[in-house]
Amino acid sequence: MRTALALLARDVKLAWREGGAVGVALGFYLIVVVITPLGLGPDLNLLGRIAPGILWVGLLLAALLSAGRIFENDYEDGTLDVLATGPLPLSVVAGIKCLAHWLSTCIPLVLLAPVLGLLLNLPMGTFPSLGLAMLAGTPAVSFVAGIGASLTLGLRRSGLLLALLVIPLYVPILIFGVSAITPYVSGPNSIWPPFLILCALSLASVVLAPLAAAAALRSALR
Amino acid sequence: MQLPFKVSLSAHDIACERGGRTLFQGLSFTLAPGEALLVSGPNGAGKTSLLRQLAGLLPLAAGRLSVTGTDEDLPVAELCHAIGHLNATKTALTVRENLAFWADFLGEGHGDLESALAAFGLTPLSAFPAGLLSAGQRRKLALSRLYAAPRPIWLLDEPSVSLDAHAVTRLDGAIRDHLKSGGIAVVATHVPLKTKFDHELALGSGRAA
Repeated sequence: MRTALALLARDVKLAWREGGAVGVALGFYLIVVVITPLGLGPDLNLLGRIAPGILWVGLLLAALLSAGRIFENDYEDGTLDVLATGPLPLSVVAGIKCLAHWLSTCIPLVLLAPVLGLLLNLPMGTFPSLGLAMLAGTPAVSFVAGIGASLTLGLRRSGLLLALLVIPLYVPILIFGVSAITPYVSGPNSIWPPFLILCALSLASVVLAPLAAAAALRSALR
Repeated sequence: MQLPFKVSLSAHDIACERGGRTLFQGLSFTLAPGEALLVSGPNGAGKTSLLRQLAGLLPLAAGRLSVTGTDEDLPVAELCHAIGHLNATKTALTVRENLAFWADFLGEGHGDLESALAAFGLTPLSAFPAGLLSAGQRRKLALSRLYAAPRPIWLLDEPSVSLDAHAVTRLDGAIRDHLKSGGIAVVATHVPLKTKFDHELALGSGRAA
């Protein structure tokens, strides 16, 4: 446990200390959301209607920007070799590194999302569901990105390949994420079905993605 | 430094294949507690590959490894310190933070940060970011990992690269102390060390002496 916490603390500290990653993700998210309305014209109702989609697409792309770094730095400086000789199974190491990505990148993005929602004329009643949906869905974003990051390890300019591999897997998160952002109503249009599916996607990827990532890391270490 | 337990390591007919080419085969040796193995051979003979196989990072093409002396059934990987060509230091962390992480991660609560800092004389530099260190100092930081957590098997791949004469002497002494306390060392090096090696393995000819 102490071992796992040491790794998690180090990864979060590195993400903040090395700067770049988190700041770039936040800046990218801000820019995507700010320029989209300029391309759409001055229709406030339209903007409010498509705001959940823009917020989610922006978040997914921003999180992908730093996804390559989940394993790359450790692979390049030899840290991954030493981590592999540690007391934790490689799948646990991979899971902790994905968790660190969630804490250091996705959480700041989720915190920024409501502010950007204001810029997009997102209806006031949907803010609670926006926060809930993003909190429930973003673990899947980080853990699925971990699969892509481990598969593209050691390739030059792997960013685009990583996006090609991972974005298809993001489609369910995007669909249910957007449909979970609605004003609170009860009945068939309630936010709970999509919200629960988001939770299920996150839980499944938290369990399965580290196993897949560990297998890819093993072959990258050879 | 007190080792948690003494182990013996043996390899039985191991072979290594890289990209379809067999680097060596039929390699066998047994190291009892306190014994050291020197791996030599020309570039490309498979020294690094052998050490990575012992650390469990590369699969064995044939044969098997066995460790005796542990109560639990631990793989070799968890009993060894593998110091490879890459230093595994984080430039954004200070020297102390780098070692503290390895003491926590590899030592599981038995790590010893202060003796690791002192081992290669890095205590005065402990608050420095590792990014400001010279190549030799970074190598010392990587070698200090050996002291951050007690592990009975040391796998050292060209450990003396970019070290000055004084530090090489210290490294020599560290290996001798490790052997004296019952540890095992497997060293691949081109620089002559004063440590007395009980076994020598010349790769390229593929015979254990």
